[in-house]
Amino acid sequence: MADHITLQVARYRPEQQSDITFDEYEVPCPKEWVVLDGLNHIKDRLDGTLSYRWSCRMGICGSCGMNVNGEPKLTCATFLADYAPGPIRVEPLPNFPLIRDLIVDIGDFMQKLVRVKPWIVRQTEKPLSEGEYRQTPEELDEYKQFSMCINCMLCYAACPIYGLDPKFLGPAAIALAQRYNLDNRDEGASARMEVLSEHEGIWGCTFVGECTKVCPKNVDPAGAIQRYKLTAALESMKAFFMPRGS
Amino acid sequence: MSDSHVYTPYHPRWLRRRVSTYWWLEKWSYFRFILREGSCLFVAWFVLYLLLLVNAVRQGPDSYTRILEWSAEPWVLGLNVVSFLFVVFHAVTFFDAAPQALVVHIGRTRVPGRLVMAAHYAAWALASVLIAWLIVGA
Repeated sequence: MADHITLQVARYRPEQQSDITFDEYEVPCPKEWVVLDGLNHIKDRLDGTLSYRWSCRMGICGSCGMNVNGEPKLTCATFLADYAPGPIRVEPLPNFPLIRDLIVDIGDFMQKLVRVKPWIVRQTEKPLSEGEYRQTPEELDEYKQFSMCINCMLCYAACPIYGLDPKFLGPAAIALAQRYNLDNRDEGASARMEVLSEHEGIWGCTFVGECTKVCPKNVDPAGAIQRYKLTAALESMKAFFMPRGS
Repeated sequence: MSDSHVYTPYHPRWLRRRVSTYWWLEKWSYFRFILREGSCLFVAWFVLYLLLLVNAVRQGPDSYTRILEWSAEPWVLGLNVVSFLFVVFHAVTFFDAAPQALVVHIGRTRVPGRLVMAAHYAAWALASVLIAWLIVGA
Protein backbone atom coordinates (compact mmCIF):
# COMPACT_ATOMS: atom_id res chain seq x y z
CA MET A 1 0.00 0.00 0.00
CA ALA A 2 1.21 3.53 -0.84
CA ASP A 3 2.55 5.62 2.06
CA HIS A 4 0.84 8.76 0.85
CA ILE A 5 -2.24 9.71 -1.11
CA THR A 6 -3.24 12.93 -2.87
CA LEU A 7 -6.29 14.85 -1.69
CA GLN A 8 -7.75 17.31 -4.20
CA VAL A 9 -9.59 19.64 -1.88
CA ALA A 10 -12.16 22.21 -3.03
CA ARG A 11 -11.31 25.76 -1.97
CA TYR A 12 -13.62 28.75 -1.97
CA ARG A 13 -12.35 31.95 -0.39
CA PRO A 14 -15.13 34.49 -0.96
CA GLU A 15 -12.80 37.44 -0.42
CA GLN A 16 -10.51 36.22 -3.21
CA GLN A 17 -12.48 34.16 -5.71
CA SER A 18 -15.92 33.76 -7.22
CA ASP A 19 -15.88 30.02 -7.89
CA ILE A 20 -14.42 26.82 -6.50
CA THR A 21 -10.80 25.88 -7.24
CA PHE A 22 -8.92 22.76 -6.15
CA ASP A 23 -5.72 22.54 -4.10
CA GLU A 24 -3.72 19.32 -3.98
CA TYR A 25 -2.16 17.95 -0.79
CA GLU A 26 -0.13 14.81 -0.17
CA VAL A 27 -1.23 13.19 3.08
CA PRO A 28 -0.10 9.99 4.84
CA CYS A 29 -2.29 6.96 4.13
CA PRO A 30 -2.10 4.46 6.99
CA LYS A 31 -4.92 1.94 6.84
CA GLU A 32 -6.73 3.37 9.86
CA TRP A 33 -6.87 6.94 8.52
CA VAL A 34 -10.16 8.34 7.27
CA VAL A 35 -10.63 11.33 4.95
CA LEU A 36 -11.22 13.55 7.98
CA ASP A 37 -7.80 12.54 9.35
CA GLY A 38 -6.34 13.64 6.04
CA LEU A 39 -8.09 17.02 6.29
CA ASN A 40 -6.93 17.45 9.90
CA HIS A 41 -3.37 16.66 8.77
CA ILE A 42 -3.63 19.38 6.11
CA LYS A 43 -5.04 21.86 8.63
CA ASP A 44 -2.38 21.09 11.27
CA ARG A 45 0.71 20.59 9.10
CA LEU A 46 0.26 21.84 5.56
CA ASP A 47 -2.29 24.65 5.22
CA GLY A 48 -4.00 26.20 8.23
CA THR A 49 -6.36 28.24 6.06
CA LEU A 50 -8.48 25.22 5.08
CA SER A 51 -12.00 25.45 6.56
CA TYR A 52 -14.34 22.51 7.20
CA ARG A 53 -16.78 21.26 9.85
CA TRP A 54 -16.15 18.31 12.11
CA SER A 55 -16.70 17.32 15.70
CA CYS A 56 -17.07 13.79 17.04
CA ARG A 57 -14.96 11.73 14.56
CA MET A 58 -17.20 8.71 15.16
CA GLY A 59 -20.29 9.02 12.95
CA ILE A 60 -22.54 10.48 15.64
CA CYS A 61 -22.60 14.27 15.22
CA GLY A 62 -23.22 14.41 11.47
CA SER A 63 -20.97 17.45 10.99
CA CYS A 64 -18.33 16.18 8.57
CA GLY A 65 -20.46 15.32 5.54
CA MET A 66 -18.71 16.09 2.24
CA ASN A 67 -18.62 14.82 -1.31
CA VAL A 68 -15.82 12.28 -1.64
CA ASN A 69 -15.12 11.41 -5.26
CA GLY A 70 -18.59 12.65 -6.14
CA GLU A 71 -20.49 10.70 -3.45
CA PRO A 72 -21.90 12.27 -0.27
CA LYS A 73 -20.03 10.66 2.65
CA LEU A 74 -19.29 11.16 6.32
CA THR A 75 -15.55 11.85 6.07
CA CYS A 76 -15.00 10.35 9.52
CA ALA A 77 -16.25 7.01 8.22
CA THR A 78 -14.58 7.02 4.80
CA PHE A 79 -11.17 5.38 4.75
CA LEU A 80 -8.37 6.82 2.62
CA ALA A 81 -7.06 3.32 1.86
CA ASP A 82 -10.32 2.41 0.11
CA TYR A 83 -9.47 5.02 -2.55
CA ALA A 84 -5.80 4.06 -3.02
CA PRO A 85 -3.82 4.89 -5.08
CA GLY A 86 -5.92 8.06 -5.34
CA PRO A 87 -6.25 10.90 -5.94
CA ILE A 88 -9.31 11.62 -3.79
CA ARG A 89 -11.47 14.62 -4.62
CA VAL A 90 -13.07 16.26 -1.56
CA GLU A 91 -15.83 18.79 -2.23
CA PRO A 92 -18.50 20.53 -0.15
CA LEU A 93 -21.96 18.93 -0.06
CA PRO A 94 -23.83 19.94 -3.22
CA ASN A 95 -27.31 21.54 -3.21
CA PHE A 96 -26.40 23.90 -0.35
CA PRO A 97 -25.05 27.46 -0.57
CA LEU A 98 -21.30 27.39 0.01
CA ILE A 99 -19.86 29.68 2.68
CA ARG A 100 -16.15 28.82 2.55
CA ASP A 101 -14.00 25.90 1.34
CA LEU A 102 -15.93 22.83 2.54
CA ILE A 103 -18.46 24.61 4.76
CA VAL A 104 -22.04 24.88 3.52
CA ASP A 105 -24.93 26.88 4.92
CA ILE A 106 -27.31 24.49 6.71
CA GLY A 107 -29.82 27.18 7.76
CA ASP A 108 -32.45 26.04 5.26
CA PHE A 109 -32.44 22.51 6.67
CA MET A 110 -32.60 23.73 10.27
CA GLN A 111 -35.66 25.86 9.50
CA LYS A 112 -37.40 22.97 7.74
CA LEU A 113 -36.60 20.59 10.56
CA VAL A 114 -38.44 22.73 13.13
CA ARG A 115 -41.51 22.95 10.87
CA VAL A 116 -42.17 19.19 11.16
CA LYS A 117 -42.08 19.31 14.99
CA PRO A 118 -39.46 16.59 15.51
CA TRP A 119 -40.35 16.02 19.14
CA ILE A 120 -43.11 14.21 21.01
CA VAL A 121 -46.30 16.26 20.90
CA ARG A 122 -48.89 15.54 23.61
CA GLN A 123 -52.39 16.99 23.82
CA THR A 124 -52.30 16.49 27.59
CA GLU A 125 -49.31 15.49 29.66
CA LYS A 126 -49.99 12.90 32.35
CA PRO A 127 -48.73 13.77 35.84
CA LEU A 128 -45.25 12.60 36.81
CA SER A 129 -46.78 10.54 39.61
CA GLU A 130 -48.32 8.23 36.97
CA GLY A 131 -44.86 7.27 35.78
CA GLU A 132 -43.26 7.03 32.39
CA TYR A 133 -44.88 6.39 29.01
CA ARG A 134 -44.10 2.73 28.45
CA GLN A 135 -43.53 1.02 25.11
CA THR A 136 -43.23 -2.57 24.01
CA PRO A 137 -40.25 -3.64 21.85
CA GLU A 138 -42.66 -3.94 18.89
CA GLU A 139 -43.82 -0.34 19.39
CA LEU A 140 -40.19 0.78 19.54
CA ASP A 141 -39.38 -1.11 16.33
CA GLU A 142 -42.05 0.87 14.46
CA TYR A 143 -39.97 4.07 14.52
CA LYS A 144 -36.49 3.07 15.71
CA GLN A 145 -34.99 2.99 12.21
CA PHE A 146 -36.00 6.61 11.59
CA SER A 147 -34.69 7.73 14.98
CA MET A 148 -31.15 6.86 13.82
CA CYS A 149 -30.97 10.05 11.71
CA ILE A 150 -28.02 12.26 12.74
CA ASN A 151 -28.97 15.26 10.58
CA CYS A 152 -25.83 14.90 8.47
CA MET A 153 -27.71 16.10 5.36
CA LEU A 154 -26.04 13.62 3.01
CA CYS A 155 -29.55 12.77 1.82
CA TYR A 156 -30.15 16.40 0.78
CA ALA A 157 -26.85 16.41 -1.07
CA ALA A 158 -27.82 13.25 -2.96
CA CYS A 159 -31.37 14.40 -3.78
CA PRO A 160 -31.62 15.99 -7.24
CA ILE A 161 -35.14 17.20 -6.42
CA TYR A 162 -33.83 19.31 -3.54
CA GLY A 163 -31.10 20.63 -5.85
CA LEU A 164 -33.65 21.63 -8.46
CA ASP A 165 -36.28 22.93 -6.01
CA PRO A 166 -34.84 24.12 -2.68
CA LYS A 167 -38.39 24.59 -1.37
CA PHE A 168 -38.73 20.80 -1.15
CA LEU A 169 -38.97 19.80 2.51
CA GLY A 170 -36.40 17.09 1.92
CA PRO A 171 -35.66 13.52 2.99
CA ALA A 172 -34.33 13.89 6.55
CA ALA A 173 -37.05 16.29 7.72
CA ILE A 174 -39.77 13.95 6.43
CA ALA A 175 -38.07 10.86 7.88
CA LEU A 176 -37.86 12.59 11.26
CA ALA A 177 -41.53 13.57 11.05
CA GLN A 178 -42.31 9.90 10.46
CA ARG A 179 -40.10 8.95 13.41
CA TYR A 180 -42.54 10.83 15.68
CA ASN A 181 -45.71 9.97 13.74
CA LEU A 182 -44.97 6.28 14.26
CA ASP A 183 -44.20 6.71 17.95
CA ASN A 184 -47.28 5.61 19.93
CA ARG A 185 -46.56 8.24 22.64
CA ASP A 186 -46.94 11.05 20.09
CA GLU A 187 -50.19 12.88 19.30
CA GLY A 188 -48.88 15.41 16.77
CA ALA A 189 -49.51 13.55 13.49
CA SER A 190 -52.35 15.83 12.38
CA ALA A 191 -50.27 18.97 13.04
CA ARG A 192 -47.39 17.53 11.00
CA MET A 193 -49.71 16.51 8.18
CA GLU A 194 -50.32 20.15 7.26
CA VAL A 195 -46.62 20.61 6.53
CA LEU A 196 -45.96 17.17 5.07
CA SER A 197 -48.94 17.26 2.70
CA GLU A 198 -47.93 20.54 1.08
CA HIS A 199 -46.84 20.44 -2.54
CA GLU A 200 -43.24 20.91 -1.39
CA GLY A 201 -43.68 18.17 1.22
CA ILE A 202 -44.01 14.49 0.41
CA TRP A 203 -45.52 15.13 -3.03
CA GLY A 204 -42.34 16.87 -4.15
CA CYS A 205 -40.50 13.55 -3.92
CA THR A 206 -40.29 11.54 -7.14
CA PHE A 207 -38.62 8.55 -5.48
CA VAL A 208 -35.16 8.77 -6.99
CA GLY A 209 -34.07 6.78 -3.93
CA GLU A 210 -30.54 8.18 -3.62
CA CYS A 211 -31.24 9.53 -0.11
CA THR A 212 -31.59 5.98 1.18
CA LYS A 213 -28.47 4.78 -0.65
CA VAL A 214 -26.18 7.45 0.82
CA CYS A 215 -27.60 7.41 4.37
CA PRO A 216 -24.76 6.35 6.72
CA LYS A 217 -27.28 5.20 9.33
CA ASN A 218 -29.60 3.11 7.11
CA VAL A 219 -32.55 5.35 7.92
CA ASP A 220 -34.33 4.86 4.56
CA PRO A 221 -35.81 8.37 4.11
CA ALA A 222 -37.20 7.34 0.70
CA GLY A 223 -39.19 4.59 2.40
CA ALA A 224 -40.46 7.04 5.03
CA ILE A 225 -41.70 9.40 2.30
CA GLN A 226 -43.43 6.67 0.28
CA ARG A 227 -45.09 5.30 3.43
CA TYR A 228 -46.34 8.75 4.31
CA LYS A 229 -47.70 9.24 0.76
CA LEU A 230 -49.82 6.13 1.36
CA THR A 231 -50.96 7.47 4.76
CA ALA A 232 -51.81 10.91 3.34
CA ALA A 233 -53.73 9.37 0.42
CA LEU A 234 -55.75 7.17 2.78
CA GLU A 235 -56.45 10.13 5.07
CA SER A 236 -57.69 12.28 2.18
CA MET A 237 -59.92 9.40 0.98
CA LYS A 238 -61.29 9.05 4.50
CA ALA A 239 -61.96 12.79 4.62
CA PHE A 240 -63.73 12.57 1.24
CA PHE A 241 -65.97 9.61 2.05
CA MET A 242 -66.48 10.39 5.73
CA PRO A 243 -66.37 14.20 5.95
CA ARG A 244 -67.78 14.16 9.48
CA GLY A 245 -65.29 11.56 10.67
CA SER A 246 -65.91 7.90 11.38
CA MET B 1 -11.22 33.84 -11.12
CA SER B 2 -13.45 36.72 -12.13
CA ASP B 3 -12.03 40.28 -12.27
CA SER B 4 -15.46 41.72 -11.47
CA HIS B 5 -15.51 39.94 -8.15
CA VAL B 6 -16.70 42.16 -5.28
CA TYR B 7 -16.34 41.09 -1.68
CA THR B 8 -18.07 42.91 1.16
CA PRO B 9 -16.17 42.38 4.41
CA TYR B 10 -18.11 40.78 7.27
CA HIS B 11 -20.98 39.75 4.98
CA PRO B 12 -21.14 36.10 3.96
CA ARG B 13 -20.92 35.74 0.21
CA TRP B 14 -22.49 32.40 -0.55
CA LEU B 15 -21.65 30.49 -3.66
CA ARG B 16 -24.79 28.98 -5.10
CA ARG B 17 -24.06 26.38 -7.74
CA ARG B 18 -26.79 25.72 -10.28
CA VAL B 19 -27.86 22.13 -10.90
CA SER B 20 -26.99 21.14 -14.47
CA THR B 21 -29.86 20.46 -16.88
CA TYR B 22 -28.09 17.16 -17.55
CA TRP B 23 -27.88 16.16 -13.86
CA TRP B 24 -29.46 12.82 -14.74
CA LEU B 25 -26.42 11.87 -16.81
CA GLU B 26 -24.02 12.39 -13.89
CA LYS B 27 -24.73 9.08 -12.13
CA TRP B 28 -26.00 5.71 -13.31
CA SER B 29 -28.60 5.70 -10.50
CA TYR B 30 -29.97 9.06 -11.70
CA PHE B 31 -30.10 7.80 -15.31
CA ARG B 32 -31.87 4.63 -14.14
CA PHE B 33 -34.43 6.83 -12.38
CA ILE B 34 -35.09 8.80 -15.57
CA LEU B 35 -35.45 5.54 -17.52
CA ARG B 36 -37.98 4.37 -14.93
CA GLU B 37 -39.94 7.62 -15.22
CA GLY B 38 -39.76 7.45 -19.03
CA SER B 39 -41.00 3.86 -19.02
CA CYS B 40 -44.47 5.25 -18.12
CA LEU B 41 -44.80 6.39 -21.75
CA PHE B 42 -44.37 2.79 -22.93
CA VAL B 43 -46.86 1.56 -20.33
CA ALA B 44 -49.31 4.13 -21.72
CA TRP B 45 -48.63 2.89 -25.26
CA PHE B 46 -49.38 -0.71 -24.23
CA VAL B 47 -52.67 0.41 -22.68
CA LEU B 48 -53.58 2.19 -25.92
CA TYR B 49 -52.50 -0.83 -28.01
CA LEU B 50 -54.65 -3.12 -25.87
CA LEU B 51 -57.65 -0.83 -26.37
CA LEU B 52 -57.03 -0.85 -30.14
CA LEU B 53 -56.95 -4.67 -30.08
CA VAL B 54 -60.16 -4.91 -28.04
CA ASN B 55 -61.84 -2.46 -30.40
CA ALA B 56 -60.70 -4.51 -33.42
CA VAL B 57 -62.07 -7.72 -31.88
CA ARG B 58 -65.36 -5.95 -31.21
CA GLN B 59 -65.62 -4.80 -34.84
CA GLY B 60 -65.25 -8.29 -36.32
CA PRO B 61 -62.78 -10.64 -38.10
CA ASP B 62 -61.80 -8.20 -40.90
CA SER B 63 -60.86 -5.48 -38.48
CA TYR B 64 -58.95 -7.98 -36.33
CA THR B 65 -57.01 -9.26 -39.38
CA ARG B 66 -56.17 -5.67 -40.36
CA ILE B 67 -54.74 -4.83 -36.94
CA LEU B 68 -52.71 -8.06 -36.93
CA GLU B 69 -51.22 -7.11 -40.33
CA TRP B 70 -50.51 -3.59 -39.05
CA SER B 71 -48.87 -5.07 -35.94
CA ALA B 72 -46.57 -7.16 -38.14
CA GLU B 73 -45.10 -4.09 -39.79
CA PRO B 74 -41.44 -3.71 -38.78
CA TRP B 75 -41.80 -0.34 -37.04
CA VAL B 76 -44.81 -1.47 -34.97
CA LEU B 77 -43.02 -4.72 -34.11
CA GLY B 78 -39.91 -2.76 -33.12
CA LEU B 79 -41.95 -0.34 -31.01
CA ASN B 80 -43.68 -3.22 -29.25
CA VAL B 81 -40.41 -5.05 -28.53
CA VAL B 82 -38.90 -1.87 -27.02
CA SER B 83 -42.13 -1.21 -25.13
CA PHE B 84 -42.14 -4.73 -23.74
CA LEU B 85 -38.58 -4.31 -22.41
CA PHE B 86 -39.49 -0.97 -20.79
CA VAL B 87 -42.71 -2.38 -19.29
CA VAL B 88 -40.74 -5.28 -17.75
CA PHE B 89 -38.18 -2.76 -16.42
CA HIS B 90 -41.04 -0.65 -15.03
CA ALA B 91 -42.63 -3.65 -13.31
CA VAL B 92 -39.37 -4.97 -11.84
CA THR B 93 -38.29 -1.60 -10.44
CA PHE B 94 -41.83 -1.01 -9.12
CA PHE B 95 -41.87 -4.38 -7.33
CA ASP B 96 -38.35 -3.84 -5.97
CA ALA B 97 -39.46 -0.52 -4.47
CA ALA B 98 -42.76 -1.83 -3.10
CA PRO B 99 -41.44 -2.98 0.31
CA GLN B 100 -40.21 0.56 1.02
CA ALA B 101 -43.72 1.97 0.68
CA LEU B 102 -45.79 -0.97 1.88
CA VAL B 103 -45.32 -2.04 5.48
CA VAL B 104 -47.54 -5.01 6.26
CA HIS B 105 -48.28 -6.44 9.68
CA ILE B 106 -49.76 -9.83 10.46
CA GLY B 107 -50.96 -9.52 14.02
CA ARG B 108 -48.08 -7.80 15.80
CA THR B 109 -45.40 -9.17 13.49
CA ARG B 110 -44.04 -7.09 10.62
CA VAL B 111 -43.89 -9.01 7.34
CA PRO B 112 -40.31 -8.92 5.95
CA GLY B 113 -39.78 -6.74 2.86
CA ARG B 114 -38.62 -9.74 0.80
CA LEU B 115 -41.96 -11.45 1.35
CA VAL B 116 -43.85 -8.30 0.29
CA MET B 117 -41.75 -8.21 -2.89
CA ALA B 118 -42.22 -11.97 -3.47
CA ALA B 119 -46.00 -11.52 -3.11
CA HIS B 120 -45.93 -8.93 -5.92
CA TYR B 121 -43.99 -11.27 -8.21
CA ALA B 122 -46.33 -14.15 -7.32
CA ALA B 123 -49.37 -12.00 -8.18
CA TRP B 124 -47.70 -11.04 -11.48
CA ALA B 125 -47.00 -14.69 -12.33
CA LEU B 126 -50.55 -15.71 -11.38
CA ALA B 127 -52.10 -12.96 -13.52
CA SER B 128 -49.83 -13.94 -16.47
CA VAL B 129 -50.79 -17.63 -16.17
CA LEU B 130 -54.48 -16.71 -15.95
CA ILE B 131 -54.31 -14.51 -19.07
CA ALA B 132 -52.28 -17.16 -20.97
CA TRP B 133 -54.89 -19.78 -20.02
CA LEU B 134 -57.70 -17.49 -21.21
CA ILE B 135 -56.01 -16.87 -24.57
CA VAL B 136 -54.45 -20.26 -25.33
CA GLY B 137 -57.09 -22.37 -23.61
CA ALA B 138 -60.01 -20.59 -25.24
